[in-house]
Amino acid sequence: MSRLTKAAAVAAAATLSLLASACTGQSTSGANDDASKDVTINFWHGWSAPNELKAINDNVARFEKLHPNIHVKVQGNITDDKINQALRAGGGKAPDVVSSFTTDNVGQFCSSGALADLAPFLAASHIDPATTFPKTMQEYTRYDGVQCTLPLLGDAYGLYYNKKEFAAAGIAAPPRTMSELKADAVKLTKSTGDSYSQLGFMPDFHGYESTPTHFAAQWGVKWFDADGGSQTAKDPGFTEMFQWQQSMVKALGGFSKLERYRNTFGDEFGAKNPLQTGQVAMGIDGEWRLGMAADAGVTDLGVAPFPVPDDQAGTYGKGYVTGTIVGIANTSTKKNAAWELVKFMTTDTDAVVSFANAIHNVPSTLAALKSPELDQDPGFRTFIDIAQNPDSTTTPPSVNGGAYQVTMQDFGYAYESGRAKDLASGLKGVDAQVDKDIAQAR
Amino acid sequence: MSAVHPVLRARRRKEALRNLAFLSPWIIGFAVFFVYPLLSTVYFSFMHYNGFNPPTWTGGRNWSYVFTQYPLFWPALRNTLWLVVVTVTLRVVFGLGIGLLITKIRTGAGLFRTAFYLPYLAPPVAATMAFVFLLNPGTGPVNHLLGGIGLPTPGWFTDPHWSKPALTTLALWGIGDLMVIFMAALLDVPKEQYEAAELDGAGRWARFRYVTLPNISPIVMFAVVTGVIQTMQYYTQPLVAGKVASGVIGNSGQQFEPGYPDKSTLTLPQLVYNLGFQRFDYGSACVVALVLFVLAMVFTALLMRRRSGFLTAED
Repeated sequence: MSRLTKAAAVAAAATLSLLASACTGQSTSGANDDASKDVTINFWHGWSAPNELKAINDNVARFEKLHPNIHVKVQGNITDDKINQALRAGGGKAPDVVSSFTTDNVGQFCSSGALADLAPFLAASHIDPATTFPKTMQEYTRYDGVQCTLPLLGDAYGLYYNKKEFAAAGIAAPPRTMSELKADAVKLTKSTGDSYSQLGFMPDFHGYESTPTHFAAQWGVKWFDADGGSQTAKDPGFTEMFQWQQSMVKALGGFSKLERYRNTFGDEFGAKNPLQTGQVAMGIDGEWRLGMAADAGVTDLGVAPFPVPDDQAGTYGKGYVTGTIVGIANTSTKKNAAWELVKFMTTDTDAVVSFANAIHNVPSTLAALKSPELDQDPGFRTFIDIAQNPDSTTTPPSVNGGAYQVTMQDFGYAYESGRAKDLASGLKGVDAQVDKDIAQAR
Repeated sequence: MSAVHPVLRARRRKEALRNLAFLSPWIIGFAVFFVYPLLSTVYFSFMHYNGFNPPTWTGGRNWSYVFTQYPLFWPALRNTLWLVVVTVTLRVVFGLGIGLLITKIRTGAGLFRTAFYLPYLAPPVAATMAFVFLLNPGTGPVNHLLGGIGLPTPGWFTDPHWSKPALTTLALWGIGDLMVIFMAALLDVPKEQYEAAELDGAGRWARFRYVTLPNISPIVMFAVVTGVIQTMQYYTQPLVAGKVASGVIGNSGQQFEPGYPDKSTLTLPQLVYNLGFQRFDYGSACVVALVLFVLAMVFTALLMRRRSGFLTAED
């Protein structure tokens, strides 16, 4: 071996060992900090609207008053991508406490160890999740036995409808079954040429909250079997949901016409949301729309639970439930102090209720859901009832996050546009792909 | 053969060390910012690694997953190649065309130069959002105009057949950088050569073919090579266009379908991000990054080979 070859081999070996050692930064899961000492913790969240920022800052101020030694540095408008990078990087500027709007990443957070297991903290504080949080919220905050997040306010999905348009069309009450929804949507649709002056309901899967996931919840679907395998082809709920969606698309004018109209919609979270402008007479949406509509001066939106399949009429009142989650970064060296903040925000009834009232979200503890201090507005109560309904469901955490939902959505887009024609084989394809992706992630 | 004199040897060693000292900033930069990341990428492409737990050896599993099981890889590869071929070609032709026109303009040249250069200064996110607004098939002014004069109104960023042409249009709108480079090159072509060609009876096309083009060929090659590399790294514009056009924007918690519509705006750099930073699958992300690297190397090598036969010794 020449001298140069030897040198190259040594350099390569050194580089690879360096990589192997330097790139395996494993975080500690212990919590040795003294939460009674003066400490500053970083808290990252995703809220950005002025009223939301005020609400979260007020909540943090209440916490700091109760814990004068713990100072909280709040960073708003944080996306999940930023959280992911920060959790990997760690360091002094990384967050100690993170919250996320999507429950989809919980499986990744828990299985990868990105967020600390909260079980020891809960036990030390004598908090039993089963008696503190609603069942669906417990489901979406843990994965494979690891409770690495807690619910920080929830979201429930229901039906919004334009009361004025309902009265004009002679419809006395919001629909309770999918057949009634279709009939009302057709009655409320006013076509002009190849477009609409008003659409009864937007069934397209890009129609903001009209996603396969939100619709499928009404059929009470189960995404995975007992062994963790995808079972969308086996669960008849998915097939029935797609068939219903296709019948809606056809009844309302066809996919191309609906898609053209969808492109005239304003920003979902702005004042020009189609429910608020009257472009659609009914829509599926979360409880936050109440506050947004009120802020935009829209007063004639009624709310009701989203309709259920005709053969499940007895379960009317249920809906899809999700929410914001909060956890402690495993890289944090101030976990005990961070836990004090998490405990306060997620289990202190006054804190949960006042925060829920301020940003029009569903409270996330059983005590807060029953609190007399909770906003008594009838519209808001509808969502509180949906969140507490025993038939309401959520999407299960998965080791690779929401990838399985994206796969289902992709198929949904292909099916609604006519690119995929065979529903049964399409759903089998979804299952095969989801299983492959999960195997790759393990 | 006589042995090298010790004094001479010492001088040579000293000279070599001095050269190395001068070269060391580049060598260190090359090692840290190129060799190390490249070796890391190769290493992690064979590992199961999520950024949190220690990496574990998986052999060729990531490679097999990306090539045979990950449904976004082949559409992303096709889109990236489409954009490289069509967008780079059109950008060079369009940039050269604008450069030629502007060098001929006698009055108001400054105004035209500014007008063509200004779009280049727009931040990519803002420019893309503006284009999605302008090309909105339902409310955008472009389709209103097209419809008004009886022309078909495409779906642009919402139609898989039109989304890549829409991205190309956006790239052509920001042609200012190439225009300036071509303009400088065109103004540098010796006037005597045009005069000589005219005396030989050469027409406009012959002057362009036999005088202009040979003189600016190094610049054309530069534009093509840098354009290929830039387009291989195309990330921001397709991502923003897809997000805005699909209605999934902001921090809503909704799952975003990369490449909207129908994976037509998906590029390989988006896959690297999607796999590595959203799915926590560093290993597969490294595989895609290596594919991208190899493709860029192959394209560049082919172009450089072509260049060696195309240019004169002076170039």
